Amino acid sequence: MPDWLAALLITLLKAVLVTLALLTTFAYMTLVERRLLARMQLRPGPNRVGPMGLLQPAADAIKSIFKEDVTVTLADKLVYTLAPIIAIGMALSAFGGLPAGPAKSLFGEDPWVYNLNTGVLALLALTSMGVYGIFLGGWASGSKYPILGGLRSSAQMISYELGMGLSLLGLLMLVGTTSFQGIVAWQATNGWMLIFQSLGFALFLISSFAEVNRTPFDLPEAEQEIVAGYLTEYSAIKWALFQMAEYVNMITASAVMSTLFFGGWKGPQFLNGLIPGISDWPIIWLVVKIAFFLFTFIWVRATLPRLRYDQLMRFGWKLVLPLALGNTMITAAFLAYRGSGGLWFLAILSFAGLAALLIMSDRVRPLWNQPTIRREDDAVRPALPARPARPAGGD
Amino acid sequence: MGVLEIARGMGLTLGKMFQKPLTVSYPEQRATLQPRFRGRHVLTRHPGTNLEKCIGCSLCAAACPAYAIYVEAAENDPANPTSPGERYAKVYEINMLRCIFCGMCEEACPTGAVVMGNEFEMADYRYGDFVYGKEDMLVGTQGSLPQRREAAKSGKPVRLGFQVDGGVRAELEGVTYPK
Repeated sequence: MPDWLAALLITLLKAVLVTLALLTTFAYMTLVERRLLARMQLRPGPNRVGPMGLLQPAADAIKSIFKEDVTVTLADKLVYTLAPIIAIGMALSAFGGLPAGPAKSLFGEDPWVYNLNTGVLALLALTSMGVYGIFLGGWASGSKYPILGGLRSSAQMISYELGMGLSLLGLLMLVGTTSFQGIVAWQATNGWMLIFQSLGFALFLISSFAEVNRTPFDLPEAEQEIVAGYLTEYSAIKWALFQMAEYVNMITASAVMSTLFFGGWKGPQFLNGLIPGISDWPIIWLVVKIAFFLFTFIWVRATLPRLRYDQLMRFGWKLVLPLALGNTMITAAFLAYRGSGGLWFLAILSFAGLAALLIMSDRVRPLWNQPTIRREDDAVRPALPARPARPAGGD
Repeated sequence: MGVLEIARGMGLTLGKMFQKPLTVSYPEQRATLQPRFRGRHVLTRHPGTNLEKCIGCSLCAAACPAYAIYVEAAENDPANPTSPGERYAKVYEINMLRCIFCGMCEEACPTGAVVMGNEFEMADYRYGDFVYGKEDMLVGTQGSLPQRREAAKSGKPVRLGFQVDGGVRAELEGVTYPK
Protein backbone atom coordinates (compact mmCIF):
# COMPACT_ATOMS: atom_id res chain seq x y z
CA MET A 1 0.00 0.00 0.00
CA PRO A 2 1.46 3.39 -0.93
CA ASP A 3 2.17 5.78 1.91
CA TRP A 4 -0.37 8.39 0.88
CA LEU A 5 -3.15 5.79 0.77
CA ALA A 6 -2.25 4.51 4.24
CA ALA A 7 -2.21 8.07 5.60
CA LEU A 8 -5.55 8.77 3.96
CA LEU A 9 -7.12 5.62 5.38
CA ILE A 10 -5.78 6.34 8.86
CA THR A 11 -7.09 9.91 8.71
CA LEU A 12 -10.47 8.64 7.57
CA LEU A 13 -10.50 6.09 10.38
CA LYS A 14 -9.69 8.81 12.89
CA ALA A 15 -12.42 11.02 11.45
CA VAL A 16 -14.95 8.21 11.81
CA LEU A 17 -13.80 7.56 15.36
CA VAL A 18 -14.07 11.23 16.32
CA THR A 19 -17.55 11.39 14.78
CA LEU A 20 -18.69 8.30 16.64
CA ALA A 21 -17.21 9.60 19.87
CA LEU A 22 -18.90 12.97 19.43
CA LEU A 23 -22.27 11.43 18.61
CA THR A 24 -22.09 9.05 21.57
CA THR A 25 -21.13 11.94 23.80
CA PHE A 26 -24.07 13.88 22.37
CA ALA A 27 -26.45 11.03 23.12
CA TYR A 28 -25.27 10.68 26.67
CA MET A 29 -24.99 14.43 27.15
CA THR A 30 -28.75 14.64 26.63
CA LEU A 31 -29.22 12.09 29.40
CA VAL A 32 -26.62 13.65 31.71
CA GLU A 33 -28.09 17.08 31.14
CA ARG A 34 -31.62 15.94 31.90
CA ARG A 35 -30.47 14.06 34.98
CA LEU A 36 -28.39 16.94 36.31
CA LEU A 37 -31.06 19.54 35.59
CA ALA A 38 -33.57 17.31 37.34
CA ARG A 39 -31.34 16.89 40.38
CA MET A 40 -30.83 20.64 40.58
CA GLN A 41 -34.63 20.99 40.55
CA LEU A 42 -35.06 18.24 43.18
CA ARG A 43 -36.43 15.72 40.67
CA PRO A 44 -34.94 12.30 39.90
CA GLY A 45 -34.99 12.84 36.11
CA PRO A 46 -35.43 10.13 33.46
CA ASN A 47 -34.82 6.81 35.21
CA ARG A 48 -37.23 4.41 33.51
CA VAL A 49 -35.42 3.06 30.42
CA GLY A 50 -32.80 0.59 31.51
CA PRO A 51 -30.88 0.74 34.78
CA MET A 52 -30.84 4.35 36.04
CA GLY A 53 -32.24 5.45 32.69
CA LEU A 54 -28.99 4.58 30.93
CA LEU A 55 -30.77 3.32 27.82
CA GLN A 56 -32.80 6.52 27.41
CA PRO A 57 -30.50 7.86 24.62
CA ALA A 58 -31.01 4.62 22.68
CA ALA A 59 -34.77 4.93 23.06
CA ASP A 60 -34.61 8.57 21.95
CA ALA A 61 -32.49 7.65 18.93
CA ILE A 62 -34.89 4.90 17.86
CA LYS A 63 -37.82 7.26 18.29
CA SER A 64 -36.20 10.06 16.25
CA ILE A 65 -35.28 7.75 13.40
CA PHE A 66 -38.66 6.05 13.07
CA LYS A 67 -40.87 9.05 13.64
CA GLU A 68 -42.74 10.47 10.69
CA ASP A 69 -40.52 12.98 8.91
CA VAL A 70 -42.87 15.83 8.08
CA THR A 71 -41.94 18.20 5.28
CA VAL A 72 -44.23 21.19 5.34
CA THR A 73 -45.90 22.13 2.04
CA LEU A 74 -44.40 25.60 1.83
CA ALA A 75 -40.89 24.40 2.58
CA ASP A 76 -38.08 24.69 0.04
CA LYS A 77 -37.45 20.94 -0.03
CA LEU A 78 -33.77 20.98 -0.96
CA VAL A 79 -32.66 23.64 1.49
CA TYR A 80 -34.99 22.29 4.14
CA THR A 81 -33.19 18.94 3.93
CA LEU A 82 -29.71 20.40 3.54
CA ALA A 83 -29.91 22.78 6.52
CA PRO A 84 -29.58 20.20 9.30
CA ILE A 85 -26.85 18.45 7.34
CA ILE A 86 -24.89 21.70 7.08
CA ALA A 87 -25.36 22.35 10.79
CA ILE A 88 -24.15 18.93 11.91
CA GLY A 89 -21.44 18.71 9.23
CA MET A 90 -19.83 21.99 10.28
CA ALA A 91 -20.16 21.12 13.95
CA LEU A 92 -18.47 17.74 13.48
CA SER A 93 -15.69 18.94 11.21
CA ALA A 94 -14.74 21.75 13.59
CA PHE A 95 -13.72 19.32 16.29
CA GLY A 96 -11.19 17.41 14.18
CA GLY A 97 -8.46 20.02 14.42
CA LEU A 98 -8.17 19.95 18.19
CA PRO A 99 -5.17 17.95 19.42
CA ALA A 100 -5.89 15.41 22.12
CA GLY A 101 -2.27 14.56 22.91
CA PRO A 102 1.34 14.94 21.78
CA ALA A 103 2.29 13.94 18.23
CA LYS A 104 2.47 10.19 17.50
CA SER A 105 0.97 9.33 20.89
CA LEU A 106 -2.14 7.47 19.71
CA PHE A 107 -0.79 4.02 18.76
CA GLY A 108 1.98 5.77 16.85
CA GLU A 109 -0.43 8.14 15.12
CA ASP A 110 -1.24 11.79 15.74
CA PRO A 111 -4.25 12.24 18.03
CA TRP A 112 -6.00 14.72 15.74
CA VAL A 113 -7.76 14.42 12.40
CA TYR A 114 -6.23 17.41 10.67
CA ASN A 115 -3.57 19.84 11.81
CA LEU A 116 -3.60 23.30 10.28
CA ASN A 117 -1.19 26.11 11.02
CA THR A 118 -4.24 28.36 11.14
CA GLY A 119 -5.91 26.12 13.72
CA VAL A 120 -7.83 28.74 15.70
CA LEU A 121 -8.89 30.68 12.62
CA ALA A 122 -10.04 27.56 10.80
CA LEU A 123 -12.04 26.49 13.83
CA LEU A 124 -13.70 29.88 14.17
CA ALA A 125 -14.52 29.81 10.46
CA LEU A 126 -16.02 26.32 10.64
CA THR A 127 -18.14 27.04 13.69
CA SER A 128 -19.39 30.24 12.05
CA MET A 129 -20.51 28.20 9.05
CA GLY A 130 -22.90 26.41 11.38
CA VAL A 131 -25.07 29.51 11.45
CA TYR A 132 -25.97 28.81 7.83
CA GLY A 133 -27.61 25.60 8.92
CA ILE A 134 -29.74 27.42 11.45
CA PHE A 135 -30.54 30.38 9.23
CA LEU A 136 -31.31 28.35 6.12
CA GLY A 137 -33.38 25.94 8.20
CA GLY A 138 -35.45 28.85 9.46
CA TRP A 139 -35.83 30.33 6.01
CA ALA A 140 -36.58 27.09 4.17
CA SER A 141 -39.36 26.13 6.58
CA GLY A 142 -41.57 28.67 4.85
CA SER A 143 -43.34 29.76 7.99
CA LYS A 144 -43.24 32.69 10.38
CA TYR A 145 -41.77 31.52 13.63
CA PRO A 146 -38.91 29.58 12.08
CA ILE A 147 -37.77 32.59 10.06
CA LEU A 148 -37.93 34.79 13.14
CA GLY A 149 -35.88 32.23 15.01
CA GLY A 150 -33.43 31.92 12.14
CA LEU A 151 -33.02 35.69 11.89
CA ARG A 152 -32.54 36.01 15.60
CA SER A 153 -29.91 33.32 15.72
CA SER A 154 -27.95 34.67 12.76
CA ALA A 155 -27.98 38.19 14.23
CA GLN A 156 -26.94 36.81 17.59
CA MET A 157 -24.18 34.59 16.27
CA ILE A 158 -22.73 37.28 14.05
CA SER A 159 -22.73 39.77 16.93
CA TYR A 160 -21.03 37.45 19.37
CA GLU A 161 -18.59 36.10 16.81
CA LEU A 162 -16.89 39.49 16.87
CA GLY A 163 -16.51 39.42 20.63
CA MET A 164 -15.36 35.82 20.46
CA GLY A 165 -12.70 36.45 17.84
CA LEU A 166 -11.49 39.66 19.45
CA SER A 167 -11.23 38.12 22.89
CA LEU A 168 -8.80 35.60 21.41
CA LEU A 169 -6.59 38.24 19.75
CA GLY A 170 -4.67 38.99 22.94
CA LEU A 171 -3.96 35.31 23.39
CA LEU A 172 -2.79 34.92 19.80
CA MET A 173 -0.47 37.93 20.13
CA LEU A 174 1.04 36.49 23.27
CA VAL A 175 1.65 33.07 21.79
CA GLY A 176 2.52 34.23 18.30
CA THR A 177 0.95 31.24 16.57
CA THR A 178 -2.56 30.11 15.71
CA SER A 179 -1.84 26.39 15.76
CA PHE A 180 -3.35 24.56 18.72
CA GLN A 181 -0.17 22.56 19.29
CA GLY A 182 1.79 25.81 19.57
CA ILE A 183 -0.69 27.26 22.05
CA VAL A 184 -0.60 24.11 24.19
CA ALA A 185 3.21 24.08 24.10
CA TRP A 186 3.32 27.77 25.11
CA GLN A 187 1.05 27.04 28.07
CA ALA A 188 3.19 24.08 29.10
CA THR A 189 6.21 26.39 29.52
CA ASN A 190 4.52 29.56 30.78
CA GLY A 191 1.49 28.33 32.69
CA TRP A 192 -2.18 28.24 31.81
CA MET A 193 -3.39 31.05 29.59
CA LEU A 194 -6.24 31.60 32.05
CA ILE A 195 -3.73 33.37 34.33
CA PHE A 196 -2.58 35.87 31.70
CA GLN A 197 -5.87 36.37 29.89
CA SER A 198 -8.51 36.10 32.62
CA LEU A 199 -10.50 38.97 31.13
CA GLY A 200 -10.18 37.45 27.68
CA PHE A 201 -11.35 34.11 29.04
CA ALA A 202 -14.40 35.65 30.72
CA LEU A 203 -15.39 37.32 27.46
CA PHE A 204 -14.70 34.17 25.47
CA LEU A 205 -16.81 32.13 27.89
CA ILE A 206 -19.76 34.50 27.53
CA SER A 207 -19.41 34.58 23.74
CA SER A 208 -19.22 30.78 23.64
CA PHE A 209 -22.50 30.52 25.48
CA ALA A 210 -24.03 32.87 22.93
CA GLU A 211 -22.40 31.07 20.01
CA VAL A 212 -23.78 27.67 20.90
CA ASN A 213 -27.24 29.10 21.66
CA ARG A 214 -27.35 27.98 25.26
CA THR A 215 -29.07 29.65 28.19
CA PRO A 216 -28.97 32.52 29.06
CA PHE A 217 -28.60 33.24 25.33
CA ASP A 218 -30.91 30.60 23.85
CA LEU A 219 -33.05 33.21 22.11
CA PRO A 220 -33.35 31.32 18.78
CA GLU A 221 -35.47 28.69 20.49
CA ALA A 222 -37.27 30.85 23.03
CA GLU A 223 -40.40 28.75 23.45
CA GLN A 224 -42.51 31.49 24.99
CA GLU A 225 -41.97 33.89 22.12
CA ILE A 226 -41.37 31.98 18.91
CA VAL A 227 -42.42 28.38 19.63
CA ALA A 228 -39.16 26.52 18.93
CA GLY A 229 -37.56 29.07 16.60
CA TYR A 230 -35.87 27.60 13.57
CA LEU A 231 -36.73 24.10 14.83
CA THR A 232 -40.49 24.62 14.73
CA GLU A 233 -41.22 22.86 11.43
CA TYR A 234 -38.61 20.15 11.85
CA SER A 235 -39.40 16.70 13.10
CA ALA A 236 -37.87 13.26 13.46
CA ILE A 237 -34.26 12.81 12.39
CA LYS A 238 -33.84 16.29 10.95
CA TRP A 239 -34.78 17.75 14.29
CA ALA A 240 -32.38 15.34 15.97
CA LEU A 241 -29.60 16.49 13.64
CA PHE A 242 -30.10 20.08 14.76
CA GLN A 243 -30.01 18.97 18.38
CA MET A 244 -26.87 17.01 17.62
CA ALA A 245 -25.28 20.08 16.08
CA GLU A 246 -26.08 22.15 19.15
CA TYR A 247 -24.55 19.63 21.51
CA VAL A 248 -21.54 18.95 19.32
CA ASN A 249 -20.96 22.71 19.18
CA MET A 250 -21.10 22.71 22.94
CA ILE A 251 -18.51 19.96 23.13
CA THR A 252 -16.32 21.82 20.62
CA ALA A 253 -16.64 25.06 22.58
CA SER A 254 -15.65 23.20 25.75
CA ALA A 255 -12.66 21.66 23.98
CA VAL A 256 -11.60 25.05 22.61
CA MET A 257 -11.80 26.65 26.02
CA SER A 258 -9.76 23.81 27.53
CA THR A 259 -7.18 23.98 24.77
CA LEU A 260 -6.79 27.74 24.65
CA PHE A 261 -7.05 28.67 28.31
CA PHE A 262 -6.67 25.55 30.44
CA GLY A 263 -3.53 23.92 29.08
CA GLY A 264 -5.19 21.71 26.45
CA TRP A 265 -4.30 18.03 26.44
CA LYS A 266 -1.51 18.54 28.97
CA GLY A 267 -2.24 17.76 32.59
CA PRO A 268 -0.91 19.75 35.56
CA GLN A 269 2.89 19.55 35.67
CA PHE A 270 3.15 19.00 39.44
CA LEU A 271 1.48 15.60 39.09
CA ASN A 272 4.60 14.43 37.25
CA GLY A 273 6.27 14.18 40.67
CA LEU A 274 3.77 11.52 41.74
CA ILE A 275 3.44 9.56 38.51
CA PRO A 276 6.16 10.41 35.95
CA GLY A 277 4.79 11.42 32.57
CA ILE A 278 1.15 11.63 33.68
CA SER A 279 0.75 15.14 32.28
CA ASP A 280 1.63 13.88 28.80
CA TRP A 281 -0.99 11.13 28.64
CA PRO A 282 -3.12 11.70 25.56
CA ILE A 283 -6.89 12.24 25.48
CA ILE A 284 -7.61 11.80 29.19
CA TRP A 285 -6.78 15.35 30.28
CA LEU A 286 -8.70 16.88 27.41
CA VAL A 287 -11.73 14.71 28.24
CA VAL A 288 -11.61 15.74 31.90
CA LYS A 289 -11.48 19.42 30.99
CA ILE A 290 -14.26 19.08 28.41
CA ALA A 291 -16.42 17.32 30.99
CA PHE A 292 -15.87 20.19 33.40
CA PHE A 293 -16.99 22.77 30.87
CA LEU A 294 -19.96 20.69 29.78
CA PHE A 295 -21.03 20.55 33.41
CA THR A 296 -20.70 24.34 33.54
CA PHE A 297 -22.98 24.64 30.51
CA ILE A 298 -25.64 22.52 32.25
CA TRP A 299 -25.14 24.28 35.56
CA VAL A 300 -25.67 27.69 34.00
CA ARG A 301 -28.74 26.40 32.20
CA ALA A 302 -30.20 25.28 35.50
CA THR A 303 -29.59 28.67 37.09
CA LEU A 304 -29.94 31.63 34.77
CA PRO A 305 -33.07 32.85 33.01
CA ARG A 306 -32.99 33.94 29.39
CA LEU A 307 -32.11 37.50 28.35
CA ARG A 308 -34.55 39.64 26.46
CA TYR A 309 -33.57 39.96 22.82
CA ASP A 310 -32.65 43.66 22.89
CA GLN A 311 -30.66 43.06 26.08
CA LEU A 312 -28.79 40.28 24.33
CA MET A 313 -27.85 42.44 21.37
CA ARG A 314 -26.82 45.40 23.51
CA PHE A 315 -24.86 43.14 25.81
CA GLY A 316 -22.91 41.84 22.85
CA TRP A 317 -22.28 45.14 21.11
CA LYS A 318 -21.92 47.49 24.06
CA LEU A 319 -20.10 45.33 26.58
CA VAL A 320 -18.46 42.24 25.14
CA LEU A 321 -17.14 43.81 21.95
CA PRO A 322 -15.57 46.97 23.49
CA LEU A 323 -14.11 45.00 26.36
CA ALA A 324 -12.61 42.47 23.98
CA LEU A 325 -11.09 45.36 22.04
CA GLY A 326 -9.79 46.80 25.29
CA ASN A 327 -8.28 43.48 26.23
CA THR A 328 -6.56 43.35 22.87
CA MET A 329 -5.20 46.86 23.37
CA ILE A 330 -3.93 46.08 26.87
CA THR A 331 -2.14 42.97 25.67
CA ALA A 332 -0.73 44.77 22.66
CA ALA A 333 0.51 47.65 24.82
CA PHE A 334 2.08 45.20 27.23
CA LEU A 335 3.84 43.36 24.44
CA ALA A 336 5.06 46.62 22.90
CA TYR A 337 6.40 48.18 26.09
CA ARG A 338 7.18 45.16 28.26
CA GLY A 339 10.93 45.57 27.87
CA SER A 340 12.30 42.85 30.11
CA GLY A 341 9.20 42.71 32.31
CA GLY A 342 7.81 39.30 33.16
CA LEU A 343 4.43 37.95 32.11
CA TRP A 344 3.13 38.31 35.66
CA PHE A 345 2.45 41.99 35.01
CA LEU A 346 0.05 41.07 32.23
CA ALA A 347 -1.62 38.59 34.57
CA ILE A 348 -2.18 41.37 37.12
CA LEU A 349 -3.43 43.76 34.44
CA SER A 350 -5.87 41.26 33.06
CA PHE A 351 -7.10 40.20 36.47
CA ALA A 352 -7.54 43.84 37.49
CA GLY A 353 -9.65 44.36 34.38
CA LEU A 354 -11.81 41.37 35.25
CA ALA A 355 -12.15 42.47 38.89
CA ALA A 356 -13.10 46.00 37.82
CA LEU A 357 -15.73 44.55 35.49
CA LEU A 358 -17.19 42.41 38.27
CA ILE A 359 -17.24 45.27 40.78
CA MET A 360 -18.76 47.61 38.23
CA SER A 361 -21.32 45.01 37.18
CA ASP A 362 -24.22 47.06 38.53
CA ARG A 363 -22.93 50.28 37.00
CA VAL A 364 -22.62 48.85 33.50
CA ARG A 365 -26.04 47.26 33.59
CA PRO A 366 -27.82 50.28 32.03
CA LEU A 367 -25.63 49.66 28.97
CA TRP A 368 -27.83 46.78 27.96
CA ASN A 369 -30.82 47.12 30.21
CA GLN A 370 -32.22 50.51 29.22
CA PRO A 371 -33.90 50.88 25.87
CA THR A 372 -32.34 53.67 23.85
CA ILE A 373 -35.40 54.09 21.64
CA ARG A 374 -37.60 56.88 22.92
CA ARG A 375 -41.27 56.93 22.12
CA GLU A 376 -42.44 60.01 20.27
CA ASP A 377 -45.03 60.89 22.86
CA ASP A 378 -42.36 61.14 25.54
CA ALA A 379 -41.67 64.66 24.35
CA VAL A 380 -45.27 65.86 24.81
CA ARG A 381 -46.19 63.74 27.83
CA PRO A 382 -45.79 65.47 31.20
CA ALA A 383 -42.84 64.18 33.17
CA LEU A 384 -43.76 61.53 35.72
CA PRO A 385 -42.64 61.99 39.34
CA ALA A 386 -39.32 60.30 39.99
CA ARG A 387 -39.77 56.65 40.80
CA PRO A 388 -38.02 55.16 43.82
CA ALA A 389 -34.76 53.40 43.00
CA ARG A 390 -35.04 49.74 42.09
CA PRO A 391 -33.83 47.29 44.69
CA ALA A 392 -30.32 46.08 43.96
CA GLY A 393 -30.24 42.95 41.86
CA GLY A 394 -33.80 43.24 40.62
CA ASP A 395 -34.43 43.97 36.97
CA MET B 1 -22.93 43.65 42.84
CA GLY B 2 -24.96 42.00 40.13
CA VAL B 3 -22.38 39.33 39.53
CA LEU B 4 -22.52 38.26 43.16
CA GLU B 5 -26.24 37.58 42.77
CA ILE B 6 -25.48 35.32 39.83
CA ALA B 7 -22.80 33.56 41.86
CA ARG B 8 -25.27 33.08 44.70
CA GLY B 9 -27.80 31.59 42.30
CA MET B 10 -25.18 29.24 40.87
CA GLY B 11 -24.27 28.17 44.41
CA LEU B 12 -27.90 27.48 45.18
CA THR B 13 -28.44 25.20 42.20
CA LEU B 14 -25.17 23.40 42.90
CA GLY B 15 -26.21 22.84 46.51
CA LYS B 16 -29.63 21.51 45.50
CA MET B 17 -27.94 18.94 43.28
CA PHE B 18 -26.75 17.07 46.37
CA GLN B 19 -30.13 17.15 48.06
CA LYS B 20 -32.45 14.16 47.90
CA PRO B 21 -35.15 14.62 45.21
CA LEU B 22 -38.59 15.38 46.56
CA THR B 23 -40.36 13.31 43.92
CA VAL B 24 -42.47 10.36 45.11
CA SER B 25 -42.01 7.57 42.52
CA TYR B 26 -45.74 6.88 42.75
CA PRO B 27 -46.49 3.36 41.64
CA GLU B 28 -43.45 1.99 43.47
CA GLN B 29 -43.56 4.33 46.44
CA ARG B 30 -46.83 5.07 48.21
CA ALA B 31 -48.30 8.54 47.78
CA THR B 32 -49.11 10.20 51.09
CA LEU B 33 -52.70 11.36 51.55
CA GLN B 34 -54.33 13.33 54.31
CA PRO B 35 -57.09 11.48 56.26
CA ARG B 36 -59.80 13.82 54.98
CA PHE B 37 -58.92 13.12 51.32
CA ARG B 38 -62.20 12.25 49.58
CA GLY B 39 -61.87 9.07 47.55
CA ARG B 40 -64.02 6.04 46.76
CA HIS B 41 -67.07 5.66 49.05
CA VAL B 42 -67.26 3.06 51.80
CA LEU B 43 -70.55 1.57 53.05
CA THR B 44 -69.98 1.01 56.75
CA ARG B 45 -71.55 -1.54 59.14
CA HIS B 46 -72.52 -1.25 62.79
CA PRO B 47 -69.68 -2.60 64.91
CA GLY B 48 -70.76 -5.55 67.04
CA THR B 49 -74.04 -6.45 65.29
CA ASN B 50 -72.36 -6.25 61.89
CA LEU B 51 -75.63 -4.93 60.38
CA GLU B 52 -75.38 -2.46 57.48
CA LYS B 53 -75.86 1.14 58.55
CA CYS B 54 -77.67 1.99 55.31
CA ILE B 55 -81.45 2.06 55.70
CA GLY B 56 -82.22 2.74 52.04
CA CYS B 57 -83.64 6.24 52.60
CA SER B 58 -82.20 7.68 49.32
CA LEU B 59 -81.24 10.97 50.98
CA CYS B 60 -77.73 10.57 49.53
CA ALA B 61 -79.21 10.20 46.06
CA ALA B 62 -81.30 13.33 46.62
CA ALA B 63 -78.30 15.29 47.86
CA CYS B 64 -76.03 14.18 45.06
CA PRO B 65 -75.38 17.14 42.72
CA ALA B 66 -74.16 14.83 39.95
CA TYR B 67 -77.01 12.28 40.15
CA ALA B 68 -74.42 9.56 40.56
CA ILE B 69 -76.21 7.50 43.21
CA TYR B 70 -79.03 5.00 42.67
CA VAL B 71 -80.71 3.39 45.66
CA GLU B 72 -83.43 0.73 45.62
CA ALA B 73 -84.81 -0.04 49.06
CA ALA B 74 -86.56 -3.21 50.27
CA GLU B 75 -88.28 -4.37 53.51
CA ASN B 76 -86.05 -6.12 56.02
CA ASP B 77 -86.76 -9.74 56.83
CA PRO B 78 -87.57 -9.48 60.60
CA ALA B 79 -85.98 -12.85 61.33
CA ASN B 80 -82.77 -12.10 59.49
CA PRO B 81 -82.41 -8.31 59.07
CA THR B 82 -79.76 -6.72 56.85
CA SER B 83 -79.98 -3.35 58.59
CA PRO B 84 -81.36 -2.31 61.98
CA GLY B 85 -84.23 -0.24 60.49
CA GLU B 86 -87.39 -1.26 58.65
CA ARG B 87 -85.83 -1.14 55.26
CA TYR B 88 -82.43 -1.74 53.77
CA ALA B 89 -80.76 -0.91 50.45
CA LYS B 90 -81.37 -3.81 48.10
CA VAL B 91 -79.44 -2.02 45.36
CA TYR B 92 -76.93 0.68 46.11
CA GLU B 93 -74.97 1.89 43.09
CA ILE B 94 -72.63 4.82 42.60
CA ASN B 95 -71.40 5.73 39.14
CA MET B 96 -67.79 6.68 39.79
CA LEU B 97 -67.52 8.46 36.45
CA ARG B 98 -70.32 10.84 37.39
CA CYS B 99 -69.29 11.24 41.00
CA ILE B 100 -67.44 14.49 41.71
CA PHE B 101 -66.29 13.36 45.16
CA CYS B 102 -67.86 16.37 46.86
CA GLY B 103 -68.94 14.44 49.96
CA MET B 104 -72.53 15.72 50.03
CA CYS B 105 -73.84 12.13 50.26
CA GLU B 106 -71.80 11.66 53.38
CA GLU B 107 -73.23 14.88 54.84
CA ALA B 108 -76.80 13.93 53.95
CA CYS B 109 -76.65 10.39 55.34
CA PRO B 110 -78.69 10.18 58.62
CA THR B 111 -76.99 6.98 59.80
CA GLY B 112 -73.40 7.63 58.68
CA ALA B 113 -73.60 4.70 56.33
CA VAL B 114 -71.91 6.15 53.26
CA VAL B 115 -68.48 7.61 54.03
CA MET B 116 -65.85 8.94 51.67
CA GLY B 117 -62.83 6.67 51.85
CA ASN B 118 -59.30 7.44 50.67
CA GLU B 119 -58.95 5.08 47.70
CA PHE B 120 -58.58 6.79 44.35
CA GLU B 121 -57.01 4.25 41.97
CA MET B 122 -60.11 3.40 39.94
CA ALA B 123 -58.97 3.76 36.32
CA ASP B 124 -60.63 1.12 34.17
CA TYR B 125 -61.47 0.27 30.56
CA ARG B 126 -65.28 0.10 30.28
CA TYR B 127 -67.95 2.58 31.30
CA GLY B 128 -70.01 -0.21 32.85
CA ASP B 129 -67.23 -1.16 35.20
CA PHE B 130 -67.35 2.23 36.86
CA VAL B 131 -70.77 1.59 38.37
CA TYR B 132 -69.87 0.32 41.84
CA GLY B 133 -72.41 -1.80 43.64
CA LYS B 134 -72.75 -2.71 47.30
CA GLU B 135 -70.25 -5.53 47.02
CA ASP B 136 -67.64 -3.06 45.73
CA MET B 137 -68.08 -0.55 48.53
CA LEU B 138 -69.03 -2.43 51.73
CA VAL B 139 -66.49 -2.38 54.52
CA GLY B 140 -63.91 -5.10 54.06
CA THR B 141 -63.59 -4.71 50.31
CA GLN B 142 -60.00 -3.69 49.77
CA GLY B 143 -59.15 -1.93 46.53
CA SER B 144 -61.17 -0.82 43.51
CA LEU B 145 -62.71 -3.04 40.88
CA PRO B 146 -59.70 -3.02 38.49
CA GLN B 147 -57.30 -3.51 41.40
CA ARG B 148 -59.18 -6.56 42.61
CA ARG B 149 -59.41 -7.92 39.07
CA GLU B 150 -55.66 -7.48 38.69
CA ALA B 151 -55.03 -9.15 42.05
CA ALA B 152 -57.23 -12.12 41.14
CA LYS B 153 -55.36 -12.52 37.87
CA SER B 154 -51.88 -12.35 39.35
CA GLY B 155 -52.71 -14.17 42.60
CA LYS B 156 -51.15 -11.39 44.67
CA PRO B 157 -53.04 -9.38 47.31
CA VAL B 158 -54.38 -5.94 46.36
CA ARG B 159 -51.73 -3.28 46.77
CA LEU B 160 -52.94 0.23 47.52
CA GLY B 161 -50.67 2.92 46.11
CA PHE B 162 -51.10 5.36 48.96
CA GLN B 163 -50.68 5.74 52.68
CA VAL B 164 -52.71 7.93 54.99
CA ASP B 165 -50.87 10.49 57.03
CA GLY B 166 -52.06 10.16 60.62
CA GLY B 167 -54.24 7.09 60.14
CA VAL B 168 -57.80 6.50 58.95
CA ARG B 169 -60.67 8.87 59.88
CA ALA B 170 -62.88 7.80 62.77
CA GLU B 171 -65.97 7.73 60.50
CA LEU B 172 -64.44 4.94 58.45
CA GLU B 173 -65.16 2.23 61.02
CA GLY B 174 -63.37 -0.99 60.28
CA VAL B 175 -61.42 0.30 57.31
CA THR B 176 -57.65 -0.11 57.28
CA TYR B 177 -55.26 1.67 54.95
CA PRO B 178 -51.48 1.34 54.90
CA LYS B 179 -49.90 3.92 57.18
